[in-house]
Amino acid sequence: MILARIVGTVVATRKDPKLVSTKLLVARPMDPHGKSEGTYLVAVDTVDAGVGETVLIVSGSSARMAAGMKDCPVDAAIVGIVDAVDVAPG
Amino acid sequence: MQLARVIGNVVASHKDTNLSALKLLVLQPLSADGSDAGRTLVAVDAIGAGVGETVFFVRGKEASFPFFPTEVPTDAGVVGIVDRWDIG
Repeated sequence: MILARIVGTVVATRKDPKLVSTKLLVARPMDPHGKSEGTYLVAVDTVDAGVGETVLIVSGSSARMAAGMKDCPVDAAIVGIVDAVDVAPG
Repeated sequence: MQLARVIGNVVASHKDTNLSALKLLVLQPLSADGSDAGRTLVAVDAIGAGVGETVFFVRGKEASFPFFPTEVPTDAGVVGIVDRWDIG
């Protein structure tokens, strides 16, 4: 799983029927210190996250194990809203 | 599977119900000589590892297998604590 910050939303009228009524968010991956890294990705939201929040994103086939995502065509799902990241110094 | 060092914890009170009560660790993958290799990631702890320990972890859907039959939505899981490793 990766840490990411939610930076936006995606509106898509025409999409796979399995994706109807899902919330799609744009996320920017970040390191444990909060520094952005890598490219933006679109993830389906299963925990009511919003813009500006730090979240936990599960990728690949495991994304389909998130709540309500069974058999959905997704490869990234937001499964947690992060309160804090404690990183050991050094 | 890959070697990694546990460098931190993640606290997330609002999360998928199948992730509740599981420990989330921040891992720094390691190369064979013990130096940092690649980006950090967050993994579910299946073994009782903690910060500072060297572990090995599995990527992909297999990371949820230690919790079977619960379908834990994770793509990375710590499945062993490394005592030592030797390169021939």
